[in-house]
Amino acid sequence: MIALGLEGSANKLGVGLIRHDMTTTPPTVTILANIRHTYHPPPGEGFLPKDTAQHHRSHILQLVKDAMAEGNITPKDISVICFTKGPGMGGPLTSVATVARTLALMWNKELVGVNHCVGHIEMGRQITGAENPVVLYVSGGNTQVIAYAEKRYRIFGEALDIAVGNCLDRFARVLNLPNDPAPGYNIEQLAKKGSKLLDLPYTVKGMDVSFSGVLTYIETNAPALLASGEYTAADLCFSLQETVFAMLVETTERAMAHIGSREVLIVGGVGCNKRLQEMMDQMASQRDGKVFATDERFCIDNGIMIAQAGILAYQTGYTTPLEKTWCTQRFRTDEVFVAWRE
Amino acid sequence: MIYNAQLIKQGAEAKVYLAPFCQRQAIIKERFTKAYRHPTLDKKLTSRRVVQEARCLSRCQRARIDTPTVYMVDTENYLIYMEYIEGCSVREYLVTPEGQTEAAQTKVAQDIGRALGLMHNIDVVHGDLTTSNLLMRNETGGSVVLIDFGLSYVSQLIEDKAVDLYVLERAFSSTHPNTEVMFEQILKAYGESGKASKQILKKLEDVRMRGRKRSMLG
Repeated sequence: MIALGLEGSANKLGVGLIRHDMTTTPPTVTILANIRHTYHPPPGEGFLPKDTAQHHRSHILQLVKDAMAEGNITPKDISVICFTKGPGMGGPLTSVATVARTLALMWNKELVGVNHCVGHIEMGRQITGAENPVVLYVSGGNTQVIAYAEKRYRIFGEALDIAVGNCLDRFARVLNLPNDPAPGYNIEQLAKKGSKLLDLPYTVKGMDVSFSGVLTYIETNAPALLASGEYTAADLCFSLQETVFAMLVETTERAMAHIGSREVLIVGGVGCNKRLQEMMDQMASQRDGKVFATDERFCIDNGIMIAQAGILAYQTGYTTPLEKTWCTQRFRTDEVFVAWRE
Repeated sequence: MIYNAQLIKQGAEAKVYLAPFCQRQAIIKERFTKAYRHPTLDKKLTSRRVVQEARCLSRCQRARIDTPTVYMVDTENYLIYMEYIEGCSVREYLVTPEGQTEAAQTKVAQDIGRALGLMHNIDVVHGDLTTSNLLMRNETGGSVVLIDFGLSYVSQLIEDKAVDLYVLERAFSSTHPNTEVMFEQILKAYGESGKASKQILKKLEDVRMRGRKRSMLG
């Protein structure tokens, strides 16, 4: 059984092909293709929905062709076409969904609309082999501490305002760091050279976190601190990372203590940050736990994760009828009925 | 390190010991350093939380809200010595046959609501309200005691108090399914005992909408 996955909820356009060999139990999973094309706005700017959608429209057909060639697949080999139903930016989502619908009609295939967050979780579980972890999902648009219970991925804690990746990206704009390969990546590299910790607001409300205050504080004070030479740009990146990651690790630890789990899985774009992984590892080893993380191929938005979550749902008999293949910008992780897990 | 101490619980933030102290049993709460946190940040957070916890506990005590009595604070080693309370947590109680009855749940809910109302009256925000952090004292036949003020702070803001209630609501719905009625009763009792409780309950409705209404990208 082969699934084609199309993802384009934000500035990454991804196409993936995955095979589940159903003759074995559990099915043997093979990744046939996983390619991505990213829209990079100029330094100092974020990606706007209109431009991002335009980027996706102009590249998606070539990406699908490349993926099919890489996986050595013809349309008749594909069992199901999976696409991101949400959450994400409206324009980019619908551009990709249109292609998914067209291909399904042309090739006479079933469609499965996938929740983006569930895609991240399922891909992380597949790659790392984590059984029942507490999931920290951190990206440019999402910050959630998730645990599975009774057929749902339940949100234990989340960001009350902006996502952690958004906080990092926006600070990268203040410093005029390039958006290529990713603003957060450039912050991470610069932070390695920093050592002086700036005292920043630290906001944890129960299981929830808030990043808007930290961002406002550092945005407001950065120009003066840099001009006076008191702190370098590297020090500020270092301080920001140390503070916001400590908040994330703290809430994750609390979720682990609450549900009595020893496993943590980090997914989402910010999840490939080595410092975050290292801090999580230190936390986990203090409580005899284990951290599972993936690299940028699977952490950062990709098509394969949509194919993976979609094919799991498809195997339980789930399909999205054509008239229900609309997209939604708001689609919470806990709205999805997880039929494929015990 | 602590004489005759017996570890009874390890949470995310601290280790809790039971140990003899001046001819009685005391609870000793020791906050440990977090290896993952930058030492400066860790020291700042840990010492702030020890002091805040002790202050909030004694503030409640002075207002005659049932909380563990603080015996001693050791800010060097991040230790708080406090009263040992014999009893079970509301979380444990709600799964006992007695705790399943409507009458018992109503009584506990009223107790909780009243205690929270009084606590917010003196501007103490608990910060981590769960059913595990509400004890029922044996010697008084099960009156509610508020414990674990590890994330507590003093604030007059309606926002902070509403978030406090929201944290409890979420803890209730995730740990005790089908207890919506009980939470309603808590809010009712809370509404009757607090000074600004009407505004706080109104704010709670805003807070509830936040997570769900948020647009999510990425």
